Amino acid sequence: MKEIVVISGKGGTGKTSITAAFAVLGGSDVMVADCDVDAADMHLLMEPDRKISEDFYSGEIAHIDQDLCTRCGKCQEVCRFDAIQIIDGEYTVDSLACEGCGYCARVCPVDAITNSEQNVGKWFTSGIRTGSSMVHASLNIGAENSGKLVAKVKSESKALAERLGKSVVLVDGSPGIGCPVVSSLSGASFVVLVTEPTVSGLHDLKRVYELVKKFGIKAGCIVNKADLNAEVLDDMKRFLSAEDIVLLSEIPYDDKFTEAMTNGKTIVEWDGELESVVRGTWEKIQEIVRP
Amino acid sequence: MKIIFTTKGTEWESAMDPRFGRTEFFLIFDEETDSVEVYDNRAIENEAHGAGPKTAQKLTEYGAEVLITGNGPGGNAAMALQTTGIEIRVGAGDMTVRGAYEAYKAGKLKKA
Amino acid sequence: MKIAIASGKGGTGKTTLSTNLAAFMSESGEVVLSDLDVEEPNSGLFIKGELIHQEDKYKMIPEWDKSRCELCGNCQAVCNYNAVLKMGNTIMVFPELCHGCYACSELCPTGSLPMKQKKVGELKSFRADNLSLVESKLIVGEEQAVPLIRQTIDFVNTHFSAHVTKIFDSPPGTACPVIEATKDADLVILVTEPTPFGLHDLRLAVETIRQLEKEFVVVVNRHGIGDDRVDVYCSEENIRVIARIPNDRKIAETYSRGELLYPSMPSVRRAVESIANYIEEFRQETGT
Repeated sequence: MKEIVVISGKGGTGKTSITAAFAVLGGSDVMVADCDVDAADMHLLMEPDRKISEDFYSGEIAHIDQDLCTRCGKCQEVCRFDAIQIIDGEYTVDSLACEGCGYCARVCPVDAITNSEQNVGKWFTSGIRTGSSMVHASLNIGAENSGKLVAKVKSESKALAERLGKSVVLVDGSPGIGCPVVSSLSGASFVVLVTEPTVSGLHDLKRVYELVKKFGIKAGCIVNKADLNAEVLDDMKRFLSAEDIVLLSEIPYDDKFTEAMTNGKTIVEWDGELESVVRGTWEKIQEIVRP
Repeated sequence: MKIIFTTKGTEWESAMDPRFGRTEFFLIFDEETDSVEVYDNRAIENEAHGAGPKTAQKLTEYGAEVLITGNGPGGNAAMALQTTGIEIRVGAGDMTVRGAYEAYKAGKLKKA
Repeated sequence: MKIAIASGKGGTGKTTLSTNLAAFMSESGEVVLSDLDVEEPNSGLFIKGELIHQEDKYKMIPEWDKSRCELCGNCQAVCNYNAVLKMGNTIMVFPELCHGCYACSELCPTGSLPMKQKKVGELKSFRADNLSLVESKLIVGEEQAVPLIRQTIDFVNTHFSAHVTKIFDSPPGTACPVIEATKDADLVILVTEPTPFGLHDLRLAVETIRQLEKEFVVVVNRHGIGDDRVDVYCSEENIRVIARIPNDRKIAETYSRGELLYPSMPSVRRAVESIANYIEEFRQETGT
């Protein structure tokens, strides 16, 4: 089984639209994992049925038992996150500020503080309209994506792919350069970088590639909206060839991507010309991943 | 010599786990005694962050000389492993444990 | 007055709006724009000022002093982040994983883990006429954006007086970083696109901002593309849409060169102008 991870560093480059198009092209053979949990949009194009839904817990949060608390103030003294406030004379934990370090619980002389795991959202296993399945998640407001959640989505999708005999897991990776994207990359057979030839696109591509390089995973790049800026495109190509990243394709700037999305479709179901570009890209990836 | 594999199962024919920090199992093979030991690492799933160093710490308890894995440990785990002097071989993520061992013996696995 | 520009997902035009609005407003008063998307700060690509200040930003992490350490392992036991580990006869600290809670340091029986500064990023301050730009950049591999965001906001608040309009370009998402970036704001401007993705992420952003009990309004970017579901949603929820930036390939091209839009594009200038007017109105109404 191969794991193809699509990431972009910068938002708005069309990562999810392209990943969804690949899922449609791959059909029933491709298991989908949406690890872009902060802005999980993949489900809008995949029509998941959310057959299985489970709560997800991650990170800890302190809780003070007011019956036991002697108001000594030690917890507030040691907290470096200003997460313990006195409200109506009671020492209270600010759940948004608490980082779950557990220091307060350790110094409380009467054991009035307990740390418990926080429910941060849900994860789902779904059948989708491509005839395959998808594992995805949704976070509660203010909850943070984590390496743990991404690892969960990935491991569930891989286990399911194995059970169902799928040959590819397609991962819509997390944004940024933090722990979630590291977890998205871990275990990948191939990384697809989706970018656009803008000054900021190139800047973020370089930044996120530093991470990919650390893992030594083979990477390819799709330049979306490729005809926006010839000069930046040239710079980008120089960077790609210097880093030995395969240029998978150049996709032209086209409002049809948005049109398709607005109609709940992927680009390969919407426009013949773009379909052939995206299909060509997908085939190229297949050739690299499954020689 | 003791060799550690990151695996998805407990057998020689099990698939390798390409991940290091969040690997499901270790298989520890002792060439001298021809014996295999298994460590169940699945509790690592509960770690929100820092799975890599935690796994590295567990691994050092076995005193192995070689680690065979898929993509290689991330920065933190690599730093932790450095203190142990263990030799790290990567690129075995798609193999079975047996296949990974044979590839290693044939000198086909890259050093991390 | 403090204005935070935010959006649920990335790539909706947050930076485009922040940079253009800041530059436009600086034509008639003093403005500081602060880029709080510390993982990928991009505002500096559009606003070219003179570098007037630069400083390293730190967090506090423990550093092992082996001279007194008895290898009891208490540090490892009290760390909830796997940031301190005992590896054989060594205590290892993983700076990126450390949240700086001080537990290992202060609870160490031999005082072998004193807290030390560790660089997490750089803050730079630029100036061009009436416009200042303050941006911080997190070191790749560093995990906690929030402390750097906090320090960047503090820098802006202490270095610029109350009469300066402060615009904060928030990180994407609905998690801690965006909460940190918006919780001090007088007004939050949410930027979205009239597409299903845009609407979905706008809903999440609205929920977040409502939980923080902040005043907020919406700006629709790429107006004319997609459908009217964002408008329908906003009117159902009584959310004021203060401006619409048209969908135009020329905008994307100008953006791609790292240039500001409103000087060369009248449609953008009109949109930015109406946002600035709204802000002025808001300022007078609320006395901020």
